[in-house]
Amino acid sequence: MSEKKVSGKTKNAGARIDKSVEYTSVGEVSGPLIVVENVSGVAYGEVVKIKTSAGEERLGQVLEAGESRAVVQVFEGTRGLDTKGTSVRFTGETMKIGVSEEALGRVFDGTGRAIDGGPEIIPDERREINGEPINPSARQYPRDFIETGISTIDGQNTLVRGQKLPIFSGSGLPHNDLATQIARQAKTKGQAEEFAVVFCAMGITAEEANFFIKDFERTGALERAVLFLNLANDPAIERIITPRMALTTAEYLAFDRGMHVLVILTDMTNYCEALREIAAAREEVPGRRGYPGYMYTDLSSIYERAGRIEGREGSITQMPILTMPDDDITHPIPDLTGYITEGQIVLSRELHRKDIYPPVDVLPCLSRLMKQGIGKGRTREDHDAVSNQLYAAYAEGCDLRDLVAVVGEEALTERDRAFLKFADLFEGRFIKQGHDEDRSIERTLEIGWELLSTIPISELKKIDDKYISKYHPSKAKAEQPAQPHETAPPKAEGEKDSPHETAVAPKKDDGRKKTDSGKKTDSGKKTDSGKKTEPAVKGR
Amino acid sequence: MSLHEGSIENIAGPVVRARGMRGARMYDVVRVANEGLIGEIIRLEGDFATIQVYEDTAGITPGEPVVNTGAPLSVELAPGLLTSIYDGIQRPLPLIKAQAGDFIARGVSVSPIDHDRKWLFEPAATVGGQVGGGDVLGNVQETNSVLHRVMVPPQTKGKLAWLADKGEFTVDEPVARIAAEDGSETELAMLQKWPVRIGRPFAKKLDPTVPLITGQRIFDTFFPIAKGGTAAIPGGFGTGKTVSQHQLAKWSDAQIVVYIGCGERGNEMTDVLREFPELEDPKSGEPLMNRTVLIANTSNMPVAAREASVYTGITIAEYYRDMGYDVALMADSTSRWAEAMREISGRLEEMPGEEGYPAYLASRLADFYERAGRVALRGGKDREGSISVIGAVSPPGGDFSEPVTQNTLRIVKVFWALDSDLADRRHFPSVNWLRSYSLYLSDVKGWWHEKVGPEWLHLRNRAMALLQKESELQEIIQLVGPDALPPREQAALEGARIIREDFLQQNAFHDVDTYCPERKQYRMLEIMLGFYDLMSKAVGAGVHIEEIKSLKSKEAISRMPLVPNGEYEKRFDEMERAMADEIRALGVGT
Repeated sequence: MSEKKVSGKTKNAGARIDKSVEYTSVGEVSGPLIVVENVSGVAYGEVVKIKTSAGEERLGQVLEAGESRAVVQVFEGTRGLDTKGTSVRFTGETMKIGVSEEALGRVFDGTGRAIDGGPEIIPDERREINGEPINPSARQYPRDFIETGISTIDGQNTLVRGQKLPIFSGSGLPHNDLATQIARQAKTKGQAEEFAVVFCAMGITAEEANFFIKDFERTGALERAVLFLNLANDPAIERIITPRMALTTAEYLAFDRGMHVLVILTDMTNYCEALREIAAAREEVPGRRGYPGYMYTDLSSIYERAGRIEGREGSITQMPILTMPDDDITHPIPDLTGYITEGQIVLSRELHRKDIYPPVDVLPCLSRLMKQGIGKGRTREDHDAVSNQLYAAYAEGCDLRDLVAVVGEEALTERDRAFLKFADLFEGRFIKQGHDEDRSIERTLEIGWELLSTIPISELKKIDDKYISKYHPSKAKAEQPAQPHETAPPKAEGEKDSPHETAVAPKKDDGRKKTDSGKKTDSGKKTDSGKKTEPAVKGR
Repeated sequence: MSLHEGSIENIAGPVVRARGMRGARMYDVVRVANEGLIGEIIRLEGDFATIQVYEDTAGITPGEPVVNTGAPLSVELAPGLLTSIYDGIQRPLPLIKAQAGDFIARGVSVSPIDHDRKWLFEPAATVGGQVGGGDVLGNVQETNSVLHRVMVPPQTKGKLAWLADKGEFTVDEPVARIAAEDGSETELAMLQKWPVRIGRPFAKKLDPTVPLITGQRIFDTFFPIAKGGTAAIPGGFGTGKTVSQHQLAKWSDAQIVVYIGCGERGNEMTDVLREFPELEDPKSGEPLMNRTVLIANTSNMPVAAREASVYTGITIAEYYRDMGYDVALMADSTSRWAEAMREISGRLEEMPGEEGYPAYLASRLADFYERAGRVALRGGKDREGSISVIGAVSPPGGDFSEPVTQNTLRIVKVFWALDSDLADRRHFPSVNWLRSYSLYLSDVKGWWHEKVGPEWLHLRNRAMALLQKESELQEIIQLVGPDALPPREQAALEGARIIREDFLQQNAFHDVDTYCPERKQYRMLEIMLGFYDLMSKAVGAGVHIEEIKSLKSKEAISRMPLVPNGEYEKRFDEMERAMADEIRALGVGT
């Protein structure tokens, strides 16, 4: 960040004393915080420059402003700071970043300094990184389908422009491959529009960061990308500002420059750890598992920056990645994220072990904006029905796997065996695809129909007869696909929204799930209080 | 009232401490810093006041002024509330947009009510008579569906000295004059102000006896809420809390709906804003928006305003209740409200209770839900109004043992437990019928029996017993498989399945199924249980269950939810006859 340009004046500055004063009155250094004493006129949230006795400069921000005392969080860590020779200067400005279209194709560190050897960018404007909430009455409801070329997303959990759809992953799962593949392939139907990728790394390894950079380079996406890198060996506290820098840049590109911006935030777990570290250092009252009580509010101030605005061209679509500690979806980080985001893509260790890429476990996945983004004129008229039917059939197949484990396959009826086989086919052909395989939505639906043709037509209860006669492989062969759909009246079951055969009475105990094995991945994770075991990757 | 001016001593996030505040009162609204940000006093110690600020505090410096307005946080009550969308402290979002652009800037000052608009006032009281708080002075057609009653403010009473003739007035122009006993006269305009943290007075609480019909089968028939009742919907993410709340806001037979989006998603509020003006109220045929007030304080908007938003909402609800209306208030989600309390409490360094929540969490929740109820109104003979409160709860990890859920359950009388297992199976609404309960069953029984059908409670209890039996049988099936069950039990399973899939499930996105009138619900359940009886009889006579499963009638039953509301009476009667014929054809005497 080009701090040299900071004038040291704000609109309130008139009421204050000279900002060029350097304080050497650091009274306390504790974790990522320092307490500066005998100060005056310090503003809440303003940026602080700290110089160590060795002459090194660091950035900080005021967390608490008193009449004579200021608590400052130091982004680059407090190592080497002392209470004698450290000098502190208050800049009078809240945290800002210079935004410009020139940022495209550039790489910055976690505090916004260029680290690709190029010159500092000349900003069009300097903006506060905390941004301001989008007025709900100014929002435009997102409903433009984004084709990612990945069947499990396009077909079953459709992403739309302006959505925030996180990937819930675990350590060792290929979430990075999936994220790059999405960034590479994401497009809207039929139009070439200006797009950009803003990539924000928080605490990931240099190796992982290189993976992203190389992939962007390989596909030429780097020119249209802005990278903010806070790596594993960078100061943890810096992670608090990195996503805000990235999102401020994204907002500028989207809402001022009319681009469609995809923001990838990885790894949100590291962000939350940093948040906890500060809360602990401030001796705040902890919420669940030591995370601060305001973590929900804090995360929402990041995630809610996705969206579209009425009357403006661009959009911000967010794809945060988080690794669930111990694959536990009830951990506060995925839990609070799920409450804010518009759905989730959940990766499964079990599928990964079966060598299925992308290992997306469609059962706990959800896209809340899907219903509005699909259908006639957006994807295809039969999309919703096919998606529901695939989901129901796969869910039933998974349930049958559990049953087979008890009674053996011989005990199953013909019909049940078809569903069992369907589950395998679904994983092998629908979920599994190549790292560079870019499936169109038509292809995805076609595969869906092929798989559905392995179960009897009478079992396709969620699909209208008119779609069956138009798209079912055994019928469609003879007819043109562009057949007007006049045939049979809608079937009752086609309208309903539940797996027909599988629902059972709910449990009488409390709402938490017991391990009922089968379709889930490694189970038996502890909840925060440690009083119950729960299955791991299983949505709600 | 003298205005105290103090100065800021310390700032930590939304909590600011100011000195020189002696004489200020608890919960007074203050203007903070040079920009005049809105704040509220939440603690007083000698000369110091602690203030929660409803806007972002970045950039504020100690020493900046704090001005006491001398008044508590209040809402403006007048014609023009309906169809509005407010933030947590009653600032209209469209006006903020007009003033500050697409993003919510701080320091924006906008009036909650349009003070320039003229309303056609029709007098409805007699000059010379004695009037008191709550008496109706006149009427204003606020929207096509709602007649706004202009009332005497709660504390005022005396002789009506003057009343305006029919004519157009702004909300600030006097429409009446009241002479008190001491001879002093008060001019009354349509506009009233009321502090949000104090409930508006009423004469007395009444027992709720009329159900709030929501058009949702599992709610109305199985776990009804009464007008004036309280309900909680807890559920993990993805279980359909928000869809349920939206359904209730759309289809409840309340005359006024107050919807509070408290700390939830921005796009969801946009969805409501987009959809409600297009949807028709099934009773009046008018757009739903005409009876609705929206309060949207999304998760990224200031946390202190989120804390205030539920109070703003319930005060507006009380105002319409005082006009004699049945008001339904939805709060989505009360957990976010509780978290806002926790955040503020943490900043005040209060001693925490469970999971970091303040020790007063339970009493605040109780206070809020206690403002619901069916009441006899002041002013006037036998006038009644009600507020039904339905609060969504978002328990962390879907774990109902957490403090917000538990404390809420101690207060509310209806519990709609959302279940992630059901949601995973795409059974919606994913209300777990074995865990949910309603304590209003006997209160609303009379209404159902009189207005809908005399067998209601009996049918409902039979259906519940059948579902309970199913869950017991499921345990046996886990061990021995379904084929090992005796035919009677198999019939019970089939009967329970029909109720589960064709009655309890309801498609919120289907044109017909989204709203199911109470009589249709009654008939559906009657027919389903009738079919179950026939089934039991048939298997008793030796007919194989598979034979029954393939009957046409069974398929017809599964289509019942989709029969248009205009023709179900006739079609259901036909179905009932066909059903009996089919069973008879299997050789069973009926």
